Amino acid sequence: MSRTLLKVNGQSRTVDVEPDCPLLYVLRDHLALNNPRFGCGLGQCGACTVLIDNRAVRSCTLPVSAAAGKEIVTLEGLATDGNPHPVQKAFIQEQAFQCGYCLNGWVLTAKALLDKNPHPSDEEMRTAFENLICRCGSHVRIFAAVRQAADETKRSA
Amino acid sequence: MAAKNVLSRREFVKDTGGLLIGFSLADSAVLPQVLAAAAEVTPTPSPNRLDAWLRIDRDGTVHVFTGKAEIGMGVETGFAQIVAEELDVPLARVVFVMGDTSSTADQGGVGGSTSIALGSKPLRNVSATARALLLRLAAKNLGASPGELQVREGVVSVKADPARKVSYAELAASGDLDDALKVSGEGFALNVEGLGKPKDPSTYTVVGQPVPRVDLAPKILGKWPYVTDVRVPGMLHGRVVRPAGVGAKLMGVDDSAAKKIPGYLQTVTKGNFLGVVAENEWAAIRAAKALRVSWSAPERAFPEQKDLYQHMRSVAPKATKETLKKGDAAGVLASTTKKVQASYEVPFQSHATMGPGCAVADIHTDGLSTIWSGGQKPHALQKGFAELLRVPLDKVRVIWVEDAGSYGRPGFEDTAADAVLLSQAVGKPVRVQWSRADMTAWGTKGPAVVCDLAAAIDERGEIGAVDFTSRAFSGGEIMFVPATADNYLGAQLTGIPNTSGVDEFAQWGVQAPAYVFPNVHAVSHVLSGFYSGASPLRSTHLRDPEGPQTSFAVESFMDELAAATGADPIEFRLRHLDNARAKAVLTAAAEKAGWERRPSPKSNQGSGDIVTGRGVGLSTRGGTYVGTIAEVEVNRRTGAARVTRFVCAHDCGLIINPEALRGTIAANLIQSMSRGMKEEVTFDRSNVTSVDWTTYPIARARDIPAQVDIVLIDHPELPPSGAGEPSSRATAAAIANAIFDATGARVRQTPLTPARVKAALSGSHSA
Repeated sequence: MSRTLLKVNGQSRTVDVEPDCPLLYVLRDHLALNNPRFGCGLGQCGACTVLIDNRAVRSCTLPVSAAAGKEIVTLEGLATDGNPHPVQKAFIQEQAFQCGYCLNGWVLTAKALLDKNPHPSDEEMRTAFENLICRCGSHVRIFAAVRQAADETKRSA
Repeated sequence: MAAKNVLSRREFVKDTGGLLIGFSLADSAVLPQVLAAAAEVTPTPSPNRLDAWLRIDRDGTVHVFTGKAEIGMGVETGFAQIVAEELDVPLARVVFVMGDTSSTADQGGVGGSTSIALGSKPLRNVSATARALLLRLAAKNLGASPGELQVREGVVSVKADPARKVSYAELAASGDLDDALKVSGEGFALNVEGLGKPKDPSTYTVVGQPVPRVDLAPKILGKWPYVTDVRVPGMLHGRVVRPAGVGAKLMGVDDSAAKKIPGYLQTVTKGNFLGVVAENEWAAIRAAKALRVSWSAPERAFPEQKDLYQHMRSVAPKATKETLKKGDAAGVLASTTKKVQASYEVPFQSHATMGPGCAVADIHTDGLSTIWSGGQKPHALQKGFAELLRVPLDKVRVIWVEDAGSYGRPGFEDTAADAVLLSQAVGKPVRVQWSRADMTAWGTKGPAVVCDLAAAIDERGEIGAVDFTSRAFSGGEIMFVPATADNYLGAQLTGIPNTSGVDEFAQWGVQAPAYVFPNVHAVSHVLSGFYSGASPLRSTHLRDPEGPQTSFAVESFMDELAAATGADPIEFRLRHLDNARAKAVLTAAAEKAGWERRPSPKSNQGSGDIVTGRGVGLSTRGGTYVGTIAEVEVNRRTGAARVTRFVCAHDCGLIINPEALRGTIAANLIQSMSRGMKEEVTFDRSNVTSVDWTTYPIARARDIPAQVDIVLIDHPELPPSGAGEPSSRATAAAIANAIFDATGARVRQTPLTPARVKAALSGSHSA
């Protein structure tokens, strides 16, 4: 066990964990941040996604020691001052999911994508999402939500 | 951990002490607390009491108690609309407790696309009855007759003098509103009726509106708990370790390496059931990997995968059922000069749920036990776990908490049984999280099905006879109602034989549309499973049991007959249908798609690699009718096919919420496209080798069609029927038919992979 300092959703949190423990279990079991979800533990599906220095990262395969000191944002931390992030608003507007178990990965990956590329082409969007799984098949509405969020950015730019 | 973190909107039920409709003081402690300790087990409420279903709180909140569950399609929102409609209360005031065996009636859980069609009936009736009782009370309170009163947003007022008013909350606090309800049916069909008469659908103002789903905003905002988030005081973490292959026996376990892992507590064995328990999840994962386990050599119980369909055609059936017989199909077929014959094959498929399964169990065999599970039939689980634990039913409480979409009986039930076994062994609450392989490889499977069809075409080009034979592993090898101990994989590994399975057939006329022909004969066979004990190829319900498999055959064959007779595929179907609603969805889909009336395949495709085509499939299921058109693009060089557009016309009677319905249909189309084009469980002689998302690929972003058009046909004059499954039924056939239209090549085996399409293109046998 070792003490590790994490910066999560703008707060400093110290956890006492095995350094090789994947960040996912630290967030869930030590910090009660439940939205990074266990989907495969193999980095294949994206349910465990968090933003680290604003890049979408698979927390199920990332040792906690590798995340120490970096800016970690989970779905819980996406809203600012209680206001949903525009990407969240677009997903709500489009009613984009069925069961929603995977949504953490899609919402955070969409946020990271739009920050880097506010107006992705259809091809760029599909490329960014190629490694995410949605078992229910909600993709059509997910894409619509991302397009809407991109349009929103365009309008407010 | 803050206990409140796991309370969902559904459990915002506070024990405010408020007077609730028909709510006796003795019951005041039963309001469900998700984290309630096992000491709070109470018997499943009797459905003949109004307060078993509906209570109004002092603050006007309407608490509805239902044995149904939300499995990701928005049924809770539909229920809320139905209750708000009948009661005349704002939608936001209706909150649900779902699937808690201590506080909700046994409605059979979720299944068969029946939640709205059947499960909403008692909710509608109790809401109407509550409204009638409240109006009676209001009449007394306001000194007016019920006929002089109106209700708006939970406030009753005198029509002629609206200033004279009283709220439901005040009324509920002032009197006894209990009413003895007449109970009929059980399980899915459980219904109750009281003195209230539901509204005429033509007056609906809430039902039929496209209101946002109650769960989606909180889910997207990260405020929605799933069963994975349940944490109870003193909870430990478990992982299971499955056998080295089917039939492998546990010979010994060396846990010396596991013992060195900080947080490791115990290895649990019972027969061939093996698991570890640790203080935290990471320790459990590491300990499970660190065990050195000796297994006996597995049985070679499965055929080589390439021989699967040959095996299915050659073994003697376990059970046989003649499902359709009209005229003399055999005679006509024997004497015909023109015959069309084709065989279709669909593999085992995995539920491969997004979350691999998670449950928490707090077991006390000398006291009360509580299990938190996302399995979609909680009352059945209660029975099964009571049997497994050998305790009376009233000593077990199952609290359903939403898990990932379950699509049938995926194995969430088995996860919960694993938690039961581990908690029983260590005497503490245990949370079991399945690994991806636990789900994809060792979870239950949708059965493989082969269908052989033959038709006689007479000299006028009319279809004289059709013969259908299916051979399928049973959709109930593992009973889809998990109400017995032998149902669960963990229990089977402990040595309990599976004896509750049933023979469930792939039937033309049930799982595929009943077209009209002068002579028809249909026979269905069920085959024995490969291994009678715990097997990773055990089959059960996967979304629309046997529907996609049987419909792939029948809907492809209809296309082959249309082509053989030079007919347009939609016109051909219309000629052989006698159901107006089935015809209407085909016509509506054709119109929306701009369907060009002509036979398939498409002519003049040129010489380029890329060709396009369109195909249709019809689904008729439990009173719901779906016409699906797929437009595809096929690369003739590589065999790669891609759906570019779906058009789906959908009639499920009265529509409760068109937007939620569109979302469910769109997702159904994509999931069933995935199953039709990508999904096949792979196996060797002893193991399932589909273990993750690489070895069990499903549709991804690049596979998604650019356009999905959904046409909803509303029938307010008809009762609502189901929408959870019907639109997943005909998709694979529509795609295969579109590939035929584009290329002239017929693929009769799913998934419709580039290799199969290429093989069909090169004229070799598509199988």
